[in-house]
Amino acid sequence: MIYLQLFWSFFLIGCFSFGGGYAMLPLIDRQITNYGWMTTKDFTDVIALSGMLPGSIGINAATFIGYKTAGLLGALIASISMVLPPLLLIILIGKWFKRFQESPTTIQAFYGIKPAIVGLIIYSAIKFALSIEMITSISWASTGLLFIFLFTLLALHYRKVSPIITILISALAGIIFYY
Amino acid sequence: MKGKIKLLWTIFFTFLKISPVTFGGGYAMLSLIENEVVKKHNWIEEKELSDIFAISQSIPGAVAINSAIFVGHRVANLKGSLAALTGITFPTLIIVVGVSHAYSYIQDNRIVNAALLGIGASVIALILHAAYTVGRTAIHDRTTLIIGILSLAGLLFFQFNPIWVIVGGFIAGISICKLKVFKKERFSHSS
Repeated sequence: MIYLQLFWSFFLIGCFSFGGGYAMLPLIDRQITNYGWMTTKDFTDVIALSGMLPGSIGINAATFIGYKTAGLLGALIASISMVLPPLLLIILIGKWFKRFQESPTTIQAFYGIKPAIVGLIIYSAIKFALSIEMITSISWASTGLLFIFLFTLLALHYRKVSPIITILISALAGIIFYY
Repeated sequence: MKGKIKLLWTIFFTFLKISPVTFGGGYAMLSLIENEVVKKHNWIEEKELSDIFAISQSIPGAVAINSAIFVGHRVANLKGSLAALTGITFPTLIIVVGVSHAYSYIQDNRIVNAALLGIGASVIALILHAAYTVGRTAIHDRTTLIIGILSLAGLLFFQFNPIWVIVGGFIAGISICKLKVFKKERFSHSS
């Protein structure tokens, strides 16, 4: 039952998706591999496409995977089940969040969760770099990718360039280098 | 009753407008949300909205979507939260489904693949930059540095399940902090 699998996978991801979209990618990757929904090449394209489009990269990726595996209904189920956990949390216990957030136990928990999320995000970057062969081989192709990567990183960090600009430039650079 | 429905539509359209113009993750949306919700509609005071942003980051899910749900709930309860959620997710859902559909026809096109490869490299930069932004506040002493390194190593070399990495961070954070408090208390008693 593909719809149930989609629902449960993305609901579970939704429950643990602390730290924004990029930290969700390894969770999504894990589910894809478990169920064999996509090849690594396809997932690589999904990440590039999700990062390119507006909205949260995690939910965009969920929508892509849902559509790819089970059409329009699949896309709806994947994205709805991913936002369901925070929706339920806010509706049911939203009023008490402020007190909850200031409690020492919560602060202590996040003292440990936040660095774990940093590990997850870096892992997600390394895994993606491996899958597009940016860091495994020394060739013209990987040098070009490294160049685009460094250019974007510097532009983001020192010039605070908007991500959509860097994505457009890198798409152009990709076409020039690899077409 | 009529006023209520009108309010729900306003909430829906407010977040609908914000949704398709935000690239590069949720944080870009926050200033747009502030503009609409505080300055234009006067639904919420600035102080309360910054609380909502802070809480939205500490619960699971995308920060912009969580904030939208919160604001909707605050303005018009359950229906309000659904209106805001639908508004902020609907346009991107349509766009993603559209692109997904188109992509199935052009995925073997060489230009598309070349462009996607370039985009991939810059998305890696976006991800690492996000790691830096989170890391700056998350990693500030030896313990947090070790937790970060252990998580990364576990994921890279031992194929840890990402869910357990988060659960592990949760347990480590609470137990290490409690241990520190316990040690401090014992030390101050004995001296």
